[in-house]
Amino acid sequence: MPTFTLKINKKKYVVEADADTPLLWVLRDHIELVGTKFGCGIGQCGACTVHTDGEASRSCLIQVSQAEDMEITTIEGLSENGDHPVQQAWKEIDVPQCGYCQAGQIMTASAFLNQNPSPSNEEIRSAMNGNICRCASYNSIEEAVKVASEKLS
Amino acid sequence: MKNSFSRRSFLKTSALASGGMIIGFNLFNACKPDVKPSIDLSKLNYNDFNAFIKISPEGKVTLFSPNPEIGQGVKTSMPMIIAEELEVAWDDVYVVQAPLDTKNYTRQLAGGSQSIRHGWIALRQTGATAKQMLVNAAAAKWGVDASECKVSEGVITNTKGETLGYGDVVTEAAALEVPEEVTLKDPKDFKIIGKGKGNVDIDKITIGKPLFGIDYKEVGMLYASVLRPPAFGQVLESFDASKAKAMPGVVDVITIGEKARTILNEKPNWTVQLSKSNKVVVLGKTTWDAIKGKKAINAVWKEDSKLESTEYHDQVLMDLLNGNKFNTRRKDGNVKQAFAEADKVIERVYESPFLPHNTMEPMNFFADVTPEKVRLVGPVQTPEPAAKVVSEMLGRDLEDISVEMTRMGGGFGRRLYGDFVYEAAEISDKIGKPVKMISTREDDMTTGVYRPSTKYKIAASIKNGKLTGYHLKEAAINGNMYGLIPNFFPAGALENYQVDTANYKSNITTGAWRAPYTNFLASAEQSFFDELAEELGVDRVRLHMDLLDKVKQNPEPKIEYSPERLQGVLKLAVEKSNWGSAPEGIYQGLSVYYCHNTHVAEIANVAMENGIPVVKKVTCAIDCGILVNPLGAMNQAKGGVLDGIGHAMYSDFGFQNGVPKSNNFNTYQLIRMAQTPKVEVHFIESDIDPTGLGEPTLPPVGAAVANAIYKATGKRLTKQPYSLNMNVESSIIG
Ligand code: FES
Ligand code: FES
Repeated sequence: MPTFTLKINKKKYVVEADADTPLLWVLRDHIELVGTKFGCGIGQCGACTVHTDGEASRSCLIQVSQAEDMEITTIEGLSENGDHPVQQAWKEIDVPQCGYCQAGQIMTASAFLNQNPSPSNEEIRSAMNGNICRCASYNSIEEAVKVASEKLS
Repeated sequence: MKNSFSRRSFLKTSALASGGMIIGFNLFNACKPDVKPSIDLSKLNYNDFNAFIKISPEGKVTLFSPNPEIGQGVKTSMPMIIAEELEVAWDDVYVVQAPLDTKNYTRQLAGGSQSIRHGWIALRQTGATAKQMLVNAAAAKWGVDASECKVSEGVITNTKGETLGYGDVVTEAAALEVPEEVTLKDPKDFKIIGKGKGNVDIDKITIGKPLFGIDYKEVGMLYASVLRPPAFGQVLESFDASKAKAMPGVVDVITIGEKARTILNEKPNWTVQLSKSNKVVVLGKTTWDAIKGKKAINAVWKEDSKLESTEYHDQVLMDLLNGNKFNTRRKDGNVKQAFAEADKVIERVYESPFLPHNTMEPMNFFADVTPEKVRLVGPVQTPEPAAKVVSEMLGRDLEDISVEMTRMGGGFGRRLYGDFVYEAAEISDKIGKPVKMISTREDDMTTGVYRPSTKYKIAASIKNGKLTGYHLKEAAINGNMYGLIPNFFPAGALENYQVDTANYKSNITTGAWRAPYTNFLASAEQSFFDELAEELGVDRVRLHMDLLDKVKQNPEPKIEYSPERLQGVLKLAVEKSNWGSAPEGIYQGLSVYYCHNTHVAEIANVAMENGIPVVKKVTCAIDCGILVNPLGAMNQAKGGVLDGIGHAMYSDFGFQNGVPKSNNFNTYQLIRMAQTPKVEVHFIESDIDPTGLGEPTLPPVGAAVANAIYKATGKRLTKQPYSLNMNVESSIIG
């Protein structure tokens, strides 16, 4: 099997995997960063969201062979101490129910707020629309993104 | 409310070798009405208990939460109840789920809306007992009477003002007898219960720490992807694995199914989810290796029983509704006569599709079967029955089997069924290695245990402007409403009342889905009452208040709901939603319902935007007794409402020749943020024992929305999902 060099959370990793292995499974099974979650595998749910060069991306749709030159950030690397404004807001609002989708929600929200630090409610609702929460914690997610945006501005 | 309780046999205390004390209690037994200890209490054996309080010599308190977390907040709320009676500060409490002894730890009670209701007294007694023992130890040290001592935040004070911390007396306390009687606190003195407490796992969740079953990993473990029959009614005939076996990441390809089938044959009455077919299992070094290998398997399937389609189900259910093969579940008076004498009879049919659970975390389980033991780890709500089936299936002693529960990425009923546990166990048994079975979303959605498709026919008679009779008929796949439902509203409110049920046995696996039966029955019934009110020319609220007044005047012992509490939530919802005086362009729909011991009223506000009805807001009034954790309760309630809207409006699931028509989120719609209204929740203040919140806010909302859409569009919605039966494109997909 070929090897690939990846830059994840500012660290270098060399992994041996089939070239078509989704980044999601490389993160979860090879590198043991399991915060990034599997939900659908087809780019529909957002559970697997990571940042690639600062953009929110679906790691289930990126093949490891495409990921070599990317600057990858996962939920584990979003902040040093779990205190990114979005993480803080998530704790303040007590967003999670089962919690499974929340890493993906946080990664989507943090990339979005980076580009649009003071969004309108409508902008929040459309930015977060690609992330499914089966527990339907949507009201709290919306509120937490708002709170995070206030912290950022 | 002062309560004294005799010493209960589900408690046992012991000193720890490392210092400190531990109290174990068996919630499983404590929750049963007649507590008969089935266990030898002479020694504290972790195997016999499922929840613990540990107090260290430093005074630190660790609460081992008895229930696994599926997103209902019980991992936070149950420890809150113990901490309240134990009199410790919440900040000093550390909550863990992990069992103390992974080898023996099998006896655990799994969640559901009812956990809090059943555990309420047992959890309080446990906390109170521990507190009393600590106080007794301090009193003995001081040589004073225990009744002269006071406790606050883990510090005991006597009349002279001397103080001792829990840690100072814990060693002595552990040696004391468990007190015969303890007094529970008056709810008005609660300091922790009723205050919003954040999710105890929040820090780990927000930084992506491993918590869920899918995150669990052991050295040497293989990943298994299971190829199951694509259609209900098919079994495996043959397969070719040569391509898969040639893949570098594929370790082995095996089949399973023989062991499961043996039990099915031996115990035909077992209602466990076991399939008759053999299944092909691809074992990979990583999840992706296994998934990829599975795609390369060439399998041939053959028909073993009828391959059913949605059109067929619709037909059989309609035939049942129109036929006479009913079971009468409750009969008051004579509906037939009331209908014959009526001025008018109104009759409507309401229809709902199958629904998969679609927990966000797909089914998965870890199993390590060795000659010495069987270790099972993962997200399952029913560890005890799962262990039992595995022991039968593998021919192993129950004592050799341990089940450890992880946090669960959603349940909604799916994790009550242990099919994925049995598969993992059978695979590991066969290959003799630790293994993790992982379903893909496609596997999960197409080999589910679905909410059965159900249809209702409701008829009511009107005479002289009054409601005189009500007849509900249910036709469902595989099973019918549980026994309490015929005693829900409007039972007791009408002289002539009848509930009949009929079912069709299908080979499609069905089971409990968040708020079983009521999740659709409430939509049907509360939409019907909206039509009735219109037909009678009375205000919707008035109609309900009057019917409930009748119940109050003529109390009927068998009814399940409380007319007072239903009226209470109705009034609160009406008041908070400005019912009847909504602004221009806002159309309101109402629904009021009792289920899972909780009373709920909901009012939906709908506006027309570009010719499409859009739900803007839902006002929800709830009576669930004492609120243990308002923050968690709020989350639960809002989630239930939005989940209810999502499935009533958008989610559809059907079959074509036994094959599910959708298999992932590109073809199956779940509600997304842009479709969600604001949910405003109001709780009735109460000092009645708490009831569940995981389910009751879901059932009523479908009708609240349908009734509001009727006002906005003039169209009555009777078939779910409403968006597909409304002839408007009302969804926005991201
Ligand atoms: S797992 Fe990648 S979007 Fe769902
Ligand atoms: S919190 Fe359960 S899926 Fe979002």
